Amino acid sequence: MATLPPLFTDWFAARGWSVHPHQRQMVEQADAPALLLIAPTGGGKTLAGFLPTLAELADGAHKGLHTLYISPLKALAADIRRNLSTPVAEMNLPIRIEDRTGDTTATQRKRQRADPPHILLTTPESLALLLSYEDAPRIFAGLQRVVVDEIHALAESKRGDQLMLALARLQTLVPGLRRVGLSATVEDPAAIARFLARHPDPCAIIHADPGPDPDIAMLRTDAPPPWSGGGAAYAIPAVLEQVRRHDTTLIFHNTRAQAEIFFHNLWLANDDALPIGIHHGSLSREQRTRVEAAMVAGDLKAIVCTGSLDLGIDWGNVDLVIQVGAPKNVKRLVQRIGRANHRYNAPSKALLVPANRFEIVECVAALDAVRARDLDGDPRGPGPRDVLCQQILITACAGPFEADALFAEVTTAGAYAALSRPDFDACLDFVATGGYALTGYDRWQRLKQTDGLWHLRDPRAARQIRMNIGTIQDTDKLKVRLKNRRGGAPLGEVEEGFAATLTPGDTFLIGGEIVRYENLREMTVEVTRRADKRPKIATFGGTKFATSTQLSQRILRMFGQDDWPELPDHTRAWLHLQRERSRLPEPDRLLVETFPWRGRHHLCVYGFAGRNAMQTLGLLVTQRMEAAGLNPMGFVATDYAVLIWGLTPVTDPAPLFQGDDLRDGFETWLAGNAVMKRTFRASAVIAGLIDRVSPGQRKTGRQATFSSDILYDTLHKYDPDHVLMQITREEALKGLVDFGRIEEMLARTAGRIDHVTLNGVSPLSAPLFLEAGRVPIKGMATERMLAEEAQRLMQDAGLSQMMEDTA
Amino acid sequence: MQHCTISLSGETLFARATGALWWPAKRLLCVSDLHLGKSERIARRGGTMLPPYETRDTLTRLEAEIATLDPACVVSLGDSFDDGAAAHGLGADDRAWIARLQRGRRWVWIEGNHDPDLTGIGGVHLHSLPLPPLTFRHIAVPGEAGEVSGHYHPKAVLSLRGKHVSRPCFLHDSNRVILPAFGTFTGGLSWADPVFRTLMRAEATAVLTGPMAHAIPVPRTRSA
Repeated sequence: MATLPPLFTDWFAARGWSVHPHQRQMVEQADAPALLLIAPTGGGKTLAGFLPTLAELADGAHKGLHTLYISPLKALAADIRRNLSTPVAEMNLPIRIEDRTGDTTATQRKRQRADPPHILLTTPESLALLLSYEDAPRIFAGLQRVVVDEIHALAESKRGDQLMLALARLQTLVPGLRRVGLSATVEDPAAIARFLARHPDPCAIIHADPGPDPDIAMLRTDAPPPWSGGGAAYAIPAVLEQVRRHDTTLIFHNTRAQAEIFFHNLWLANDDALPIGIHHGSLSREQRTRVEAAMVAGDLKAIVCTGSLDLGIDWGNVDLVIQVGAPKNVKRLVQRIGRANHRYNAPSKALLVPANRFEIVECVAALDAVRARDLDGDPRGPGPRDVLCQQILITACAGPFEADALFAEVTTAGAYAALSRPDFDACLDFVATGGYALTGYDRWQRLKQTDGLWHLRDPRAARQIRMNIGTIQDTDKLKVRLKNRRGGAPLGEVEEGFAATLTPGDTFLIGGEIVRYENLREMTVEVTRRADKRPKIATFGGTKFATSTQLSQRILRMFGQDDWPELPDHTRAWLHLQRERSRLPEPDRLLVETFPWRGRHHLCVYGFAGRNAMQTLGLLVTQRMEAAGLNPMGFVATDYAVLIWGLTPVTDPAPLFQGDDLRDGFETWLAGNAVMKRTFRASAVIAGLIDRVSPGQRKTGRQATFSSDILYDTLHKYDPDHVLMQITREEALKGLVDFGRIEEMLARTAGRIDHVTLNGVSPLSAPLFLEAGRVPIKGMATERMLAEEAQRLMQDAGLSQMMEDTA
Repeated sequence: MQHCTISLSGETLFARATGALWWPAKRLLCVSDLHLGKSERIARRGGTMLPPYETRDTLTRLEAEIATLDPACVVSLGDSFDDGAAAHGLGADDRAWIARLQRGRRWVWIEGNHDPDLTGIGGVHLHSLPLPPLTFRHIAVPGEAGEVSGHYHPKAVLSLRGKHVSRPCFLHDSNRVILPAFGTFTGGLSWADPVFRTLMRAEATAVLTGPMAHAIPVPRTRSA
């Protein structure tokens, strides 16, 4: 068992630090083939990961690369290099540390390949690129350890799958390689351990002291939240007051649009001119860097942000985290809360701000889950095969390989452990010959087999393959710039789809400013500043997360209580009224309400399957209603329900929810769906069927390039069972379509449908009517109209006595 | 609508929703930029292996047009094959298919920039085809009139109540008509591209292809 050399204990002592127990354990178990550390932020996690490396390199005997550090963020790699240089310099250790990312210069990269440093800090994509070189065995000779940081985040994405296939390759090159994973708190550490370790190796898990329970509460305001919407504008004064009382506050939002709107409203109310910034993925890099620098310098009192700050540099002086909007997912909430107070053993302080009445229920359920340390997460399923196709290409770039050996190698990656040989062979065949039913490329195969070894037919193809390495989906984004302002930093980026909806004169928010769309010029959105107007739209970017299965279950269980003393009075009374007028949804039954309202027949289904699945359910059920002559006119979906309206009353809803019929309808619907085409495009790029298109190429590519939709349609018509069509289907089911959660709902309720017929809107369905007119912001007139509409609706639902508090 | 009627040098032409041009007076069917064998060429050049079905799909659609209209003459306006080698690399089935379509009618291959050498494929090979008052050639020549050409793969790009729509289209003015690409694996060049500003008169009209043919004025270019 290794111990820390005296040089190190002296250094700790000199700094007045003591070695944390988990740091000591990491050194003691340094020889383990795989080791996972679960630690809260601020627990000296990174140093714990590197201590064994520093100790092993202290005598200067090791030549070449010793430790590879992989992080999901380029910025983190650079930050870690700076942080490590302190102990290395102070202990005078003979260690060279360098980072290698997309930003590293060509000269530097070349030198790193010829003469690798002792510690190389990099990203999954840069590692994949290194492994595609023929001299990879030489570069990685002598490698001892690989440290994967933020592994909990990587484990949720294809980037992580690609990384694990890369580690499988590394392990073939260097069989003695030891793997270390650093993770934030997760619901299932064993799953992360399986993800990290070489299958079927065991993986020891070290749990650092999780520290004291967080100090977390729901923000109580004088004004109750509105019935629907996500702006949380009602909470602005209370949030400003909290910002004033704390050193630095992070204000998290679920979407970029909501962050922009909130930031805008915050500034309108910010009479003290408190320094507040905004940070999200649609802003230009320059702008984000500026905000980060101001934050590090302690110049900001608050940052309004999105998931773009879920990971990254530790800021010691953050003492409050505010989550605006329902957290949707308890694990992410806990990780966000961990961003506050990075001093070890000090409780993190956090406030939840529900944006509407239903979110109060969700926030209370989430608070219970946090207190019970009951985290959620959906297992990701087997490793995606488009990533496997790319790995086969990368392997071929590095040199000839044997199919049996590669299959054995990839199945040592946990996510691919159950990969069948036929599924693997289908991927290899796709990469080598295209895998088409019509064999068209006998002479022009991408890979050829010679003496049992697969190799590139044309070695020059390696260049193109390398340019396409990676699994990050670049949705087509357009830069936003001020018109007639040559050069200078762009304001940010918007998705091409959003830009296509703009007509000159439209106003939208970006980086907290209102801008007016002028025109599109050379793939740039040109805008002018408008200080005087309210923005018309702000619906760009940002993933809409669905409420997790576990959190939905908690809410359903809460509905089973006789009373809800933990809820504010207005919300409590709302639930009682629902019980009195209709009934509350139950975990193992499906509640369906039907009622007339304003000359239309309405049907409300409380599926609690999350936004994406409820959206899909709405599409499928309206399709079946159409076929049954029930004249559906539209629907609106939220995380918990879908509301459908039409001209004909539904007297027997049960047949609409029969599993087999829904599944059949789903198959037909799926094939022609836009989601499939989008998924196909992403998988086709990853699997190497089509090239990643850079904005520059798009401009000059002209008529030479054609839409991936054409490829999808062609395959659908002539080769529907092609492996890439299979992959597309597998991926679509996991993603936006989320049919898995419809299946889960059907299994849970097993045909037990409670149909309640009402004379009018039920209390629980009322907020859905407001979702119908959902446009995030409109001028004050719209706000007033919405409020009046809300009041009338609530009166119809018998909620008027509770309306005084919204006035 | 299956077609929009357009007039060029006094002749009546049908710009069909399929992307083909029909000249009723001469019973002439004109298609452009078939790019047969495109996936084969890309694979041969060491690129990726696209689904090798575009030749079959393009010929199926061409066959349907021929069956509907029974033309006396078919003119393929150039870039019929993705390159010379693609023409030679065509499978025996596809060659037989083309020969079947050619039977009983005149067939003209206009040379495009992609396929200068078409020896071995039936039909007449011409640099351009003058049929007064019209002239068929691959690439439009500025200053000419009565000209039918292809090459550019024009497409219309517009936003309909927020929905982004992009369709291959004919471009038409008093001097010329430019055909959309008929081939399956073909992209398009936006009607707003500067190249069309020099070629087409300001009052040019587009005929969008797809399920139905729609005539839409080409938007006047903004001062950009």
